[in-house]
Amino acid sequence: MIALDPLLLGDLTLGDVVIVLVKVVVIFVIGLVATMLMVWFERKVIAGMQNRIGPNKAGPFGILQTLADGIKLFFKEDLIPEKSDRFVFKLAPYLAFVPAFLVWSVIPLGGDFSHGRTGTVKLFGHQTRLQLADPQIGVLLLLALSGIAVYGIMLAGWASGSKYPLLGSVRASAQMVSYEAALGLSIASVLLFSQTLSTSGIVRSQFGTRNWHLIVTGILPFVIFMVAATAELNRPPFDLVEAEQELVGGFNTEYSSIRFALFFLAEFMNTITMSGVIVTLFFGGPSPLTINAGGIHWDGHLPFGFLNGTVWFLLKLVVFLYIYVWFRATLPRLRYDQLMNLGWKLLIPVSLGWFMVLAAFRVSRDEDWNRWVVYPVAFGVIAVCALLLIAATRVSAKNRAREGAMF
Amino acid sequence: MGFTGGFWVTMGQHRELGGKRVTTSYSGGRIAKKGQKTAGRDEKIPKPERLHGRHVLNRYEDGMEKCIGCELCAGVCPANCIYVRGADNDPTDPTSPGERFGFVYEINYLRCIHCDLCVEACPTEAITESKMFEFSFTNRKDAIYTKAELVVDDSGKPKQLPWEDWREGEDQHTSGWMRATSAAGDETFVGEVGWSSELGHGVRAPEPKQVVADTSAKTVRTVGRGEGRGH
Repeated sequence: MIALDPLLLGDLTLGDVVIVLVKVVVIFVIGLVATMLMVWFERKVIAGMQNRIGPNKAGPFGILQTLADGIKLFFKEDLIPEKSDRFVFKLAPYLAFVPAFLVWSVIPLGGDFSHGRTGTVKLFGHQTRLQLADPQIGVLLLLALSGIAVYGIMLAGWASGSKYPLLGSVRASAQMVSYEAALGLSIASVLLFSQTLSTSGIVRSQFGTRNWHLIVTGILPFVIFMVAATAELNRPPFDLVEAEQELVGGFNTEYSSIRFALFFLAEFMNTITMSGVIVTLFFGGPSPLTINAGGIHWDGHLPFGFLNGTVWFLLKLVVFLYIYVWFRATLPRLRYDQLMNLGWKLLIPVSLGWFMVLAAFRVSRDEDWNRWVVYPVAFGVIAVCALLLIAATRVSAKNRAREGAMF
Repeated sequence: MGFTGGFWVTMGQHRELGGKRVTTSYSGGRIAKKGQKTAGRDEKIPKPERLHGRHVLNRYEDGMEKCIGCELCAGVCPANCIYVRGADNDPTDPTSPGERFGFVYEINYLRCIHCDLCVEACPTEAITESKMFEFSFTNRKDAIYTKAELVVDDSGKPKQLPWEDWREGEDQHTSGWMRATSAAGDETFVGEVGWSSELGHGVRAPEPKQVVADTSAKTVRTVGRGEGRGH
């Protein structure tokens, strides 16, 4: 069974194929338009945060600015440096661009997941999900694609045949390797509670706001995921790959015209997909925000029919898009050693430790152990480990200082 | 302010949350093209008194050019955008009073940074900067303004080129040049900022001394041409 989508169970008729094709086209088009709007949104919000106006000439509120930029880029001269590896140089933008789009195929974009419902909707007499595919390995696919996306950046820098892009791509690979681990470990905490790798299953397991993985996993995995995702996206404050002051333009220095546009598109596309992933993993995806406190009961019903879930998803998505722009406007870029310290000495140990604690709780609940023994023991072990780690890094730093290392 | 404090600082800059925009739209632009309903929205906002725009080469009231081809402006230009060559005046039909005149005078506006140092350097107040900066060319050749484009016409007004966006009356009150010291060496005005003539139209009153200027900063007035005292 490739997919759990009820559409593809049993006989495959022409109608099913058409629905899948329509979904592909819709996701592709929405992806492109969303990226266009994201660039505009980012420029507009960041302008607001810097007391500027931002794009305001092309279209109402300057909303067509990206389109104008895109058209301009199309007509610019496409330059391939003489020293470059021509094939890889041409391939790299697509390697960066395709994974960004593929991630969308496994993110549930709508549907009703309330009260254990499966989130399927009826379209033209067919039961289907508002998601292109729902493989059982959904989350692994996400991780795999974010891993592949590094190749685009790495190969772009390498194939340029120029030193600054190469430095940028080396930084990119080092940074992504460092933060991939923290990213995966915080996802593991989520999987501990959802008990499935399928993205729609993850959404189904968090119906009702108090069941959101954000709360169930104790916020910490979300914070780690957020930081690691920002680093994976090469967005400020972790944009060392494109540090203009040090690397000219970073990995894409030698790129121009439509190839540059593809990198640009991929970068913003990745921001949107990563926000979508965060919403799916921690904020219940298309499930509504439910309020059940202080005598107020609200099941998050909106008057949009079967698109209710989609509207909720978009609302949550916009919040995270705003947060990414907010990061960019607020935080200064980290130094390279700070980036590595944060990744290896803080995020990975903390996410690993927290994952162990959550696993211990899970086992203690399943085995019906006395929680008043389990909790103190778990936190005690974590505290001892933290102290040992701090001591180890201190000693190591002291030794390095004695040897005359800079950092 | 702690680590998170910066987040509230940036968010607070949104105009909806009480932030203040320091940039204002200069003119209506695209909106104004929509016609009657938005008439008047394409008007430019008033320009600052000392704005540095495109240069003009002034002439005396009798039509003589002020430029004497000394090349001081070219020498002082930090962007190397001015090219001047002087030549001897024809004694029977002089272009400028005196011995020499500016035979070739070119300014490359792709390089010019509008620092106004050429105006400061000019011993005869021949080159001044107007307040008109609204020009965009699609050809690199158009970016190089030659003497034919820079010298003012017989009525003392700068020549408008097809790619320059001027509105009615903008060529008046445009002289944006000033000196840090007294031009004429008159000790009454030493340390004060003096204004040159308005493209030959008149003389602007000198700005008040620093202390006076600070107290009256809110009521800086522009004296119309012909008014005020000279220096």
